[in-house]
Amino acid sequence: MNAVKLKKGASRKSAYDLKNFSGDTIETHTLAVLVDNEAGVLARVIGLFSGRGYNIESLTVAEVDHEGSRSRITVVTTGTPSVIEQIKAQLDRMVPVYEVHDLTVEGPSVERELALFKVVGKGDKRLEAIRTADIFRANVVDTTLESFVFELTGTPEKIDAFADLMRPLGLDEVARTGVAAIARGL
Amino acid sequence: MSRQMNGAQIVLKALKDQGVDTVFGYPGGAVLPIYDEIFQQNDIKHILVRHEQGATHAAEGYARSTGKPGVVLVTSGPGATNAVTGLTDALMDSIPLIVLTGQVPSFMIGSDAFQEADTVGITRPCTKHNWLVKDTDKLAETIHEAFHVATSGRPGPVLIDIPKDIQFANGNYVAPAKADVGHYQPKVKGDKDAITALAELIENAERPVFYTGGGVINSGKGASQLLRELVKETNFPITSTLMGLGSYPASGDNWLGMLGMHGTYEANLAMHGCDLMINIGARFDDRITGRIDAFSPKSKKAHIDIDPSSINKVIHVDVPIIGDVGHVLEDLLKIWKSRGRKTKAAEVKKWHAQIDEWRGKKCLSYKNSDKIIKPQYALERLEALSKGMDRYITTEVGQHQMWAAQYLGFEDPNRWMTSGGLGTMGYGLPASVGVQVAHPDSLVVNVAGEASILMNIQEMGTASQYRLPIKQFILNNERLGMVRQWQELLHGERYSNSWSEALPDFVKLAEAFGAKGILCSDPADLDDAIMEMLNHEGPVIFDCLVEKHENCFPMIPSGKAHNEMLMGEAETQGAIDSGGAVMV
Repeated sequence: MNAVKLKKGASRKSAYDLKNFSGDTIETHTLAVLVDNEAGVLARVIGLFSGRGYNIESLTVAEVDHEGSRSRITVVTTGTPSVIEQIKAQLDRMVPVYEVHDLTVEGPSVERELALFKVVGKGDKRLEAIRTADIFRANVVDTTLESFVFELTGTPEKIDAFADLMRPLGLDEVARTGVAAIARGL
Repeated sequence: MSRQMNGAQIVLKALKDQGVDTVFGYPGGAVLPIYDEIFQQNDIKHILVRHEQGATHAAEGYARSTGKPGVVLVTSGPGATNAVTGLTDALMDSIPLIVLTGQVPSFMIGSDAFQEADTVGITRPCTKHNWLVKDTDKLAETIHEAFHVATSGRPGPVLIDIPKDIQFANGNYVAPAKADVGHYQPKVKGDKDAITALAELIENAERPVFYTGGGVINSGKGASQLLRELVKETNFPITSTLMGLGSYPASGDNWLGMLGMHGTYEANLAMHGCDLMINIGARFDDRITGRIDAFSPKSKKAHIDIDPSSINKVIHVDVPIIGDVGHVLEDLLKIWKSRGRKTKAAEVKKWHAQIDEWRGKKCLSYKNSDKIIKPQYALERLEALSKGMDRYITTEVGQHQMWAAQYLGFEDPNRWMTSGGLGTMGYGLPASVGVQVAHPDSLVVNVAGEASILMNIQEMGTASQYRLPIKQFILNNERLGMVRQWQELLHGERYSNSWSEALPDFVKLAEAFGAKGILCSDPADLDDAIMEMLNHEGPVIFDCLVEKHENCFPMIPSGKAHNEMLMGEAETQGAIDSGGAVMV
């Protein structure tokens, strides 16, 4: 059951400890939302975002507790502080939602994303690609004489950096999972 | 103890066990098994409406006037899509509804079957929650959970989609007490520290105002009692939103009248000038706030709301209290009393004197006529002649709705049914049907416009069938009055499509439905005509021909602040600038 264990955060009381509404700076927040894995629950969450005009930068979802039939949705969103607070409150009042955690404000957290890169090339470019992959600790999961598929895990920034380096070396396709995140410590 | 029965029987048993006495509905292919069970029992009364939208509004009227959830039963496809407006209306106004829809058999879902629609998909954004039942064994528990969700926390509409094969199949029945209703448990008790902070603000306020809303009414009759006690004990002035009328009596000493776009001068100026605003169960709707950056600039604001997402959504507040109004007011009174029942009485008295000065402006006065019935006059006479009666009022949407809110007085909660958030024309007639079903011996009047009432006029058939003596009081100006008013103010008096051409003869229409029709166009005849309506034992359509170009004042033009009200025709020139024009 460790997968669903989240530190008790401030989300239930989030309206009490709001930050001052200082300006309109756009912030990026990573939210972990624990939900009943019932039919349509993802559509419900996505519908909330689209219906109220909130942003989704990244979204991952999977059942994390098969016995209890609970899923964990990790959503990276952007908005002004008041919009972020509103998103959390709107999520929190949905019937299938158990908990909403703002990992960005609830203390240090780990964020990881997995990506697959198909790089096509010959000669020096091919050599440079595998050398760079080694530096990034990417795994080669498929190869032909003219292509590699690299598997890379890391923060979204690391994935972005790798993609930038691979582009001139024959980057053909990228598949990214979106961010999974969890709080550090107990 | 679980029992085997078929799905349709489970539906009826679950409704009965939930205390349901009335269902508003319309049959069709995908709900025939449930209708067959309705035929074979006498505990639950089924009211056959004439259109599914009518069923939802009737259920809203039933719910709002009784405090119990309203129940609707409709078929798949068009039955469900016709219910969407009522669901959205109930969601915006926090009315508990349980809507049961039939669905094509589960093995045909997704095949574009006859009368198939993705009902849970379509209604997901306009319900508090919805369910598609795929297993008869889960049906009873789902219905019990639906009642729990609809009535807990901030009330709202829920929908259960039941495929026809599930209605035929056998399954276990689970009683409400044994049912697992899920983890949805909104908190009702407010935070003690926050309530204490509010008590402290009350003690120090010099220019306070209570701003109350529909949440007081949703919290139950006890909440209105506590509110009255709080107002009496503190002697603070009180205003209310459209949805909250009746929680504090209109005859009460501290009553300022309704606030907002068409609220009273004294209520809006009190909101603008106060140093403490106590929002109780309201949500800072745009009809209330006007221009947000100029909204009550000098006040500390407290906000009591059961829905955490209402806090700081529109207006930043200093003391948010998340909880049920009744519970919070009880704790607030207790804490404030235990701290010595202090207020700054002398300053509050000065504040009242200031408010009385604003009141002296008599913002609801209008120029009467002895030739033409003014709509305000018609409502004043309706108020005078029906005062003291056991009376419920519903309305349609538009000018007549605002005039009804301004000129009728509400002494008790649950007596006023109107479409506030969504502004649904066509709400009032079916709502009056629902109210009359719940209160067969009471006077139920729908204050209507001639355009709105035509949107669901077919429900007169329902009224005739069930001998519901509803009174349709139409202020007929042969115009879409509010649209016309905005076109006058905003669009250079170009009255695009805002007149009611080819109107029916409402007297003959009433008679065609088996009701009584009354026409009145002379102010001198008005009292007698209204008495004739009130004394008639059956349903009545009262066609009151009124001044065609009357505008609704006072008015805060869109994009303006509370202290920039228009009081009458003379002030309307250039009142709305281009910034305001884009707003609704």
